[in-house]
This record gives sequence, structure tokens and C-alpha cells, in this order.
Amino acid sequence: MARVGRQTRWLATLSVAGLALVGCGGGDIESNESASGEDCGDFNMAINPWVGYEASAYVVGQVATNELGCDVAYKNLKEEIAWQGFGSGEVDVVIENWGHEDLKKEYIEKQGTAVRVGPNGNIGYIGWYVPPWLAEEYPDVLDWQNLNSYADEFETSESNGKGQLLDGDPSFVTNDEALVENLNLDFEVVFAGSEAALIQAFRQAEANKDWVIGYFYEPQWFLNEVALQKVSLPPYEPGCDADPEKVDCDYPKYILDKIASAEFMDSGSPAAALVEAFEWTNADQNTVATYIAEDGMSQEDAAEKWIEDNPDKVDAWLA
Amino acid sequence: MSVAAPPRPAPAPDRRVPEQKAAPPRSDGWRWYTLLGVLVGWLVAWEFLQGKQTLEIGVSENTDFHRWLNGIRDDVDAARDDNWFLQYVIGGISDALDWTVETLQELFSVPAFPRPVPEVGWLGVVALAVLAALVFAGVRIAALVAVSMLAFGYFGYWEESIDLLIITGVAVAICVLIGLPLGIWMSRSKAATVAITPVLDVMQTMPSFAYLTPLVLFFGIGPASAVVTTLIFALPPLVRISAHALRSVSPSTVEATTSMGSTSGQMLRKVELPMARRTIIVGLNQTTMAALSMATIAALIDGPGLGEPVLTALQSLNVGDAFVSGLCIVIMAIMLDRTTTAISERSDASARARQDPRLRRIVLAVGAVLTVVAVYLSRTYSRFAAFPDSPDLGDPLSNRVSRATNSFVDTFGETTDRFKDFVSFELINPLELRLAESPWWLMAGVLVAVAFLLGGVRATASTMICLLIILGSGLWNETMNTLTTVLVAAAMVMLLGVVVGVWMGRNRRVDSWIRPILDALQTMPPFVYLVPALALFSTSRFTAIFAAIAFAAPVAIKLVADGIRGVSPSTVEAADSAGTGRWQMITKVQLPMARSGVVLAANQGLLFVLSMVVIGGLVGGGGLGFLVVSGFSQREDFGKGLAAAIAIVALGVMLDRITQHTAARYGRVTTR
Repeated sequence: MARVGRQTRWLATLSVAGLALVGCGGGDIESNESASGEDCGDFNMAINPWVGYEASAYVVGQVATNELGCDVAYKNLKEEIAWQGFGSGEVDVVIENWGHEDLKKEYIEKQGTAVRVGPNGNIGYIGWYVPPWLAEEYPDVLDWQNLNSYADEFETSESNGKGQLLDGDPSFVTNDEALVENLNLDFEVVFAGSEAALIQAFRQAEANKDWVIGYFYEPQWFLNEVALQKVSLPPYEPGCDADPEKVDCDYPKYILDKIASAEFMDSGSPAAALVEAFEWTNADQNTVATYIAEDGMSQEDAAEKWIEDNPDKVDAWLA
Repeated sequence: MSVAAPPRPAPAPDRRVPEQKAAPPRSDGWRWYTLLGVLVGWLVAWEFLQGKQTLEIGVSENTDFHRWLNGIRDDVDAARDDNWFLQYVIGGISDALDWTVETLQELFSVPAFPRPVPEVGWLGVVALAVLAALVFAGVRIAALVAVSMLAFGYFGYWEESIDLLIITGVAVAICVLIGLPLGIWMSRSKAATVAITPVLDVMQTMPSFAYLTPLVLFFGIGPASAVVTTLIFALPPLVRISAHALRSVSPSTVEATTSMGSTSGQMLRKVELPMARRTIIVGLNQTTMAALSMATIAALIDGPGLGEPVLTALQSLNVGDAFVSGLCIVIMAIMLDRTTTAISERSDASARARQDPRLRRIVLAVGAVLTVVAVYLSRTYSRFAAFPDSPDLGDPLSNRVSRATNSFVDTFGETTDRFKDFVSFELINPLELRLAESPWWLMAGVLVAVAFLLGGVRATASTMICLLIILGSGLWNETMNTLTTVLVAAAMVMLLGVVVGVWMGRNRRVDSWIRPILDALQTMPPFVYLVPALALFSTSRFTAIFAAIAFAAPVAIKLVADGIRGVSPSTVEAADSAGTGRWQMITKVQLPMARSGVVLAANQGLLFVLSMVVIGGLVGGGGLGFLVVSGFSQREDFGKGLAAAIAIVALGVMLDRITQHTAARYGRVTTR
């Protein structure tokens, strides 16, 4: 027993000596604060599940990290779940918001946990698209009134004997189920589950000349690869989409905007100023999205490449 | 529901397997004829009545019940800041959990601002984990822990892995705090057992997916919800097993202690708990594995951990990334499983006695010193703080898997597509038409009749209650769609279970090389199955079915194999000497004798399939699972999603009751 005790003591002494020795070398971990003059702190960026969104979010996030010394956390969340995070501090910013009037009413007007930060420069379009080969060989498919005559062609194992209208992630903004019903279309909405699955389906359809009609949207890098054609729906008029169960018109043109947590915007963080100033074009977003989705770059690398190529735009946000 | 072998301790110690009072009637023939008659009658009636009173509701349509649930959501949202219960009790729990998780994260996994790295870097974390393994589980486990922890880092998922460990650890710690007292209480009071057991049943039968929505309503998104979700799923095994362990402490020992004048508290601390320790730690093992599998699903509500990369991979169809992050989960599962098993083995005094205490003390002292040094280094030098980027094992592996999958899909895509179409058009669609397009009262009648003929009176009562709940949820039609998928998948699981199970049961060598594969499949959290299934079959109900089969077949196979093995060798020998052929031996002797194993396999298979089919809502599974998914994606669908969750629970309890009672009735045959 005593012997063990001695040994332990001996080892302890040795370790203290070792520690002291190591201590002399000094560390090389520097705190972030000294890297930049301002105190930025945490910056929680929601990442909604489509590549275009990732492009915008990571460009803002990388600028905040590198120029402002913020501690940026990217959070993969679906749209509505991200909005719930404003109140709890889980989420500071949604950088690309598609309408969501109901959420604005709830979280901005009623609960007051979120605020509008203005447009981000992107213009959004939602609609039904078909692969180019189909639009070329059957041009009348581009008018919704002719869709019923092709319903059989669009049938799949999942569409319940009707034509299949392929939708994306169930969390995406969509009126398609109501549209099919109210326009008396012989179609069934089937959810592909994600943007990637939609793109896969369209890509295969173009390659194999399959019949596919589906929900899609711009800004969208994939349209540069396969130029999907938009099907015309009854024109949009203000108010025609007021009741979600009774929509019978096209989607409106979306001025995509930025939403942030009220607390974050009041915090005086330089990141809040950056979010307020951030604005870019659909072409900008498509460039970065192509880097990510097509060239397989990591989101950070893709964002940084664009930041390097466009110093003047970035400087304007920081000014 | 998932997890290491067997997730729900198959014949769980005190799961109330309903007792059949009288021995089963000798001639059971009339039941089978009646059953056949009911099914034929249903099909005939369907020809005339199809499409009538199916209670189908439009996709964007809400019933009053759904709107009422939406209203509750709005009320809770609005009351969050004024209601004392929401603000102080729920809010307090939520804040405490968030704080605990975030503090641990800053300590071990995420940058502790303003430091660019956590307080303790990777080297320190590895050293601490290895030391803990050394103290509690021994040298070999310590080596396993070291290799596993390094694997997380070199595969590129260091932070996510540590996050997952944190969430699992916090959940398990709370499980022990709540579960052990509950177990003690149950072991001492019959009334407590009667009151708690059904609650535990529901907690385990309820597919994990179903309670995500209501939890988010109260705890918000983030770590708190993740911990609570995990807790609900992981608590029951610990409570059940510790109650069982305490109850089986030998009565003579207890008597002896009481006669020596110990108080009940003394007896608990000095006698009962130590004697039951080993079994209780087995419960801890089950709880840990359950927690691990659930913590990955929590990624859907912003729970940190390895579920996030799997979910991202699912969204970007990246099979390679899903494989590598899935692999990390499997490694972690093996690590935790072996560690807790080793702890339970060591808690036997005899195991400890074999060790040289002096050597052990020296090893521990050296280990402690090295750990202190490692922690210090990892706080000081960035190369010991942030896990090194190279060698990077993850990306090359991920790329290779993606390439292999792509070439497989390119080559066999048409074949798999045709197979999917065949099963969908020939099997799923016709069955779905029969189930979902029957008038509701016809279908309900058929289900009640089946429950009565298979499970008897008590199964019938449960079935009726469950059907009423499903009717009330306003989602009858969707429930029937889900039931279709469940039945198709369960049929395939049983087919696999019987074929492979019999093969394994009759041949030890086959058993020894199939079993490890089954074990590995069972450790994988359900989520991970979805990605390869998606690559093969794109989004469809069949994809969900395929994933469900992969998830549920291992349990069914094992149960059947064990049943076959359990048939007494003398019976087999006797039949053998009577000149029974191989086929006859299987169909006439072994399978009938192993009937209870087969029925139990059907029970577990159905429940596993149900939980997976529901998760299949993420990949085109349709039915209730999809409604749950859209319930937490779209605001106006919240009520409907919650109603779907309720319907899922009712469906699960119904299937469980029918098969449990059937098992109880026909299980007796083998023991005679």
C-alpha cells in the first residue's frame, strides 16, 4: 500500500513538472476577439433546404466570420421551424424568405419575435415545369387547360391512377394540392421530398424522355443545366390566393426578403448591419449555387470564391 | 424504435403478456374457417360498396378536430409569456436542459467564444473518454473507445459525434434519475406497477416520429426538445428492467436482512441495489442504445449530433455522406454497447477479484496523469484542440460509396424501377384499394372480427377503442393507407424471417455468419436506411417499405431462429428416426413447435415496420407519416399532423394488442 502511494506521488510530481515544462512553450490558441476590433459574438444563420438559399446564407456567413469576427453557426432547418427559432434565440436570421404571410402575421405582428429586414435582391418565381424535350414535342402541354388530356402519360405507381404532379419538400411554399382540386385537374400531388430529388427526377426525365411535370422555382442553378419550361396557370391577381383551400391561380412574383430575430437586430451586432445591407441578384446566387451543387465545392469554399471575385459588392455591404 | 439486440427486450421481464385463463380450445378449426369467411365476405362486399363512405378528406382540407388542435397551438404560442406553467415550469425545464447541453458543448465540441475552439480540445476529450473507460470498463474497452473516438474525427464528424454523445449522455443521466426511483417504486408496489406499465407500453409502442410535433410546441426547437424526445423513448427499458431486477433479489436474502433489523432504506442501499446492480446496468445498456437511435431523429427539430449530416445527405441525395455519418453512428453504438456491457460484467464481484489491485491502481494513476497532460495540451495548442483535417478518411470513402451507388443505380436502375412498379401495381395498390376504399364501417367490422378470431375478447376490446380513436382523429382513410404499407412490409418481413430464420435455426454455421450482419443492421438508427433506399427506388411508398424491411427483418429473423433452435432436440430426433423428410420436418415439426417464436416475430416485426413506415413519410411513404412530416413543416397542417400522430399511436397499440394476445393464445402450444 505504502509503496503504491509513493509511486502515485512520484508520478504526480512528474506530471506537474511535465505540465510546467509544456506551459513554458506557451500556447498558440488566440481568442477571436483580438482578431477584429468589434465585438460581434454569436450569429445563428438558418439554412433552409435548397441550394440557392445555402448560397446566400454562406456568403453572408463567411463575410461575417472573416470580416467581422463573428461566431457563425449554420442551422439546417425547414422554413417554418426556423421561424419558431427566432423567439428562443436559436435562429437570428432567415436570409431568403418566400412570402409566408401567415408566419409574418404570427411572429412579426402577434408575437413580435421577428422583424422584416427588407428585400435581399432576389426575385422568386414558383410554378409547374416540364423538361425541354416535352415542351418541344408537345408544345400544348405548356397550357394548364390541356393538362387533363395528357394525364395518362404522367401516371406513375404513386399517383393513384391519375397524372402525377411532382412536388418538392413538403415544407416548401406550395398551393399545388388546392390548385389541382380547384382547377379540376386529373392529377395527384406526389412529394419528391427534397430539391435534390426534384432535380434528379427532371434530369432523368430529360435524359430518358420521360413524362414529368413538377413544382420548381427560380432563382435556380439547375435551369442553366436543363432549361425546364414553365407551364402557364390562370394569371395571378392580388387576393386570389388568400384562402389556402381555395387557390385557383398562378403563384405571385415573390420579392424575396430577409427576416431576423427582433432581439438580434436590436443587439447592435455588426452582423445585424451586414444582414441589413446584404443584397444581390439572381445571377449572383445562381453562380454560387452552381459552385456548390454542380462543382461539388463546400458551401464555405463556394461562398469565399464568390467573395474574392466580387470585392466591390462585398465592400458595399460593409460600408 | 430501433436499436441493439433486442430493442424491446423481446419477452420483456414484466410486460404484461395477457394470460389466457383456459388452455386453448382443442379444435381451433372453426376460427380459421370463420376468419376465411370474414375475409371473403369483405372482398365480396367491397365489390359493391367500394368508394362509398371512405371518410377520405382532401389533402388541404382540415376537420374541426384539426382546427381545434391548431387553436390550441395558437393559444400555447400566445400564452407563452404570461402563463406561469408555460413560463416557469416548461420554460424552466427547457432553459435548464438547453443550458446543460450548451455548456457541455462549449466544454467539449463547439467553439467556446471568444476561443476559436472548445474549452477542451480533441486530445483532451479522447483522453478523458479513455480514462473513463479504463476506470469503469477495463483496458480492452479503453482501447475500443480510443479507436472509436479517433475514427469519428478522421471520418470528419468530430463535432457532430461529440454532440451526439452529449445529447445521449444527458438523456441517459436523466433517465437514471427518473427511471431508477420509478423502478424501485414499481418493485415495491403492485398499484404502481399497474399504473405505470401501460404508460411505458404506450411510450414504447408510439413511433418516435409521433411526438416530435407536440414537443416542439412546448419546448421549442433545439437541444431541450432533442433531450426530451430521446428521454421519452429511452426511459421504459430502464424502469422495466430495474423493477424486474429488484423484484428478483432472492426473498431469503431479503428476509435474512429484515430479521437482522435493517430498515427498508438500509436494505435498499446495502442489499437490494447491489444485488440487482448487474441487471440494472443491462437496463442502462438498453436505455443507452435507445437514446442513441432517437437522438439522431431529433435532428429534425434542430437537435445537435450525427443526425444532422444524415438528414442533410437525405436532402441532397448524397449516399456517400449518409454512409460515412451512418458508419460513425454504428461505431458509436458498438462503443456504447460494449462499454455498458463490460460495466455490467465487471460489477460482478468475482470479475473484480481476478484483477491485481496494485497493477490496476498504477495503470489508473498513469492514465490520470496522462489525461491531465492531454487536457492541458488540448487547451493550449490548436493542433491538439481542433481535430486535424488530415488524414481525411471520410471524403474518399464517401466519394467511393457515392460512385459505387451511382454505377449500381445506372446499371440496375431500370430493373429496380420495374421491381418497384411491379410490387406497387400488383401488391400495394390492390391492397390499398381494398382497405382504403371500403366503407369505414365495413373495414372496422373486418378488423374487429379479425381481432376477435385471432386474439380473443380482450384484443377485441382494445381494437374497438383504437378504432374509435382513429375515427375521431378524422384520418380514417390515411390510416388505412398506412395500414396497407405496414401489412405489405410486415408480410415481406415475415417471409424473410421464416426463410432465413429456419435456415439459421437449423444450421449453426449459417447462424454464426448471418448473426453479426443482423446485429450491425440493428445498431443502425432507422434514418440511415432511408438514403440508400431512396437512391434505389426514388420517392415512393415502396422506398419506405424497403427501408422498413431492412429495419425490421433482423428482429424477426432472430426470433424465428431462436424459436427453431428452442425446439427440443429429442422431438427432432424422434421425427428424424420416423423417417420424416427435410421439408416435412420444417413444416410439420419445427415451425409448428416454434409457433410462439413466429408469432412474437410477427408482433415485433409489425411494430418495427410501423415505426419505420412512419419515418418513410420523409421519402414518399404517404399516409400518416407524411402528415406528421408536413405537420411540422407547414403551419396550417399542425393540427392534422398532431391528429396523425394520435392515429399512429392508436394503430400501433391495436396491432400490438392483436398480435400479443394471439401470441399468448398460440404460444402455449409449444410448452405443452
